[in-house]
Amino acid sequence: MPNLKDLKNRISSVKSTRKITKAMQMVAAAKLRRAQDAAEMSRPYTERFNAVMGALAASVAGSPTAPRLLTGTGSDKVHLLIVMTAERGLCGGFNSSIVKKARGDIERLRAEGKDVKILTVGKKGREQLKRDHGDLFVGHVDLSDVKKIGYADAQNIAKDVLGRFDADEFDVATIYYSVFQSVISQTPTAQQIIPASYDAPEEGEDAGAATDYDYEPDEERILADLLPRGVATQIFAALLENAASEQGARMSAMDNATRNAGEMIDKLTIEYNRSRQAVITNELIEIISGAEAL
Amino acid sequence: MADTMQFDLVSPERRLLSAGVTSVAIPGMDGDMTVGPGHAPVITTLRPGILRAETEKGSEEFVVTGGFAEIGAGVTVLAEKAVPHADMDQATYEALVEEAERAYHEVKQATENEPGPVDEAAKLLQDMVAVGGHIGLDPKQPNF
Repeated sequence: MPNLKDLKNRISSVKSTRKITKAMQMVAAAKLRRAQDAAEMSRPYTERFNAVMGALAASVAGSPTAPRLLTGTGSDKVHLLIVMTAERGLCGGFNSSIVKKARGDIERLRAEGKDVKILTVGKKGREQLKRDHGDLFVGHVDLSDVKKIGYADAQNIAKDVLGRFDADEFDVATIYYSVFQSVISQTPTAQQIIPASYDAPEEGEDAGAATDYDYEPDEERILADLLPRGVATQIFAALLENAASEQGARMSAMDNATRNAGEMIDKLTIEYNRSRQAVITNELIEIISGAEAL
Repeated sequence: MADTMQFDLVSPERRLLSAGVTSVAIPGMDGDMTVGPGHAPVITTLRPGILRAETEKGSEEFVVTGGFAEIGAGVTVLAEKAVPHADMDQATYEALVEEAERAYHEVKQATENEPGPVDEAAKLLQDMVAVGGHIGLDPKQPNF
């Protein structure tokens, strides 16, 4: 049985751990609210954008001069996987589940004989993928200095990706990120961004989207202008979604940790009290037997 | 015909304005246009310029750097970056011009013998510079 002083030290160390995890949970909760607000704010833009792109894409579909970003390069030999993870750990299975999904796809694509290239966003995913697939890395985007994700960050990533596309470095690009469902549930998701796929507006669903628009300048020039923006918009939406998921995951992970620490403290306290009582009983027995001996 | 129409100005980061307006002046890529209620449906891309919305409470001006406008039953402007006129100061403006300038030089270096993209970037830069004059700031002179 450990002695009293050791037990006491352990209790106080677990207590301070609990304080830290509790604080991290509260910080994550505050950040989560902010991340959710940011995601909420960006939704009107993304929705309108996709509606317009849907209408546009449908009207130039099949045209031989349609932009390559929409139709693709005509091959799907080289895949670029953009794996978006967090810059920091201590957020439960958040990073691992994204990496796991990406890793599954990497193995599948390689088994099919495709070439795979990886662009990582966020340090944690890079660390996890490095061991098995480090030779496939083509770049890394570091967001550790970014406090609040802005559209400019997404634009920079998009620019990098589009530059590689123009240089024919890949045929298909897919982003990996986590969709925020609730604090306890985030779903790792893969979304193809190049070639872009926009759903044509459904007939009668939205009267505005079904209108015949005039285009100024013409459809194809607008599309050529908008498609690169579309890539940035999708990356931005994914970054925001990821940020909310990360904070949600961290919040529930830290909640668990706080609860575990509490249980551990209770257990240790009981053990501590028992040993103290044993010591007292021992002393009493000694005193009594000493008195009887007289 | 309705006297007002719904106008939304949204950027990726937030919704800047959502109100009933009597007319909106939009800096379109092929020229400025003013849209009133009942305008034919148009989708146009934007060049850097001033966007003015006449709301019931008065007119509101925004500096936009690009994006596109969808004119249907109402008007939706999706601006990549939009700054209310009142928030626009010399420093913000210069930062925008510098960004356009940098983009221009990058394009110029990357594509040597194709005038297309370079001209477009130069136009963007000139538009950006012109914006300064419109809003009463010192137009910053870039190096071409």
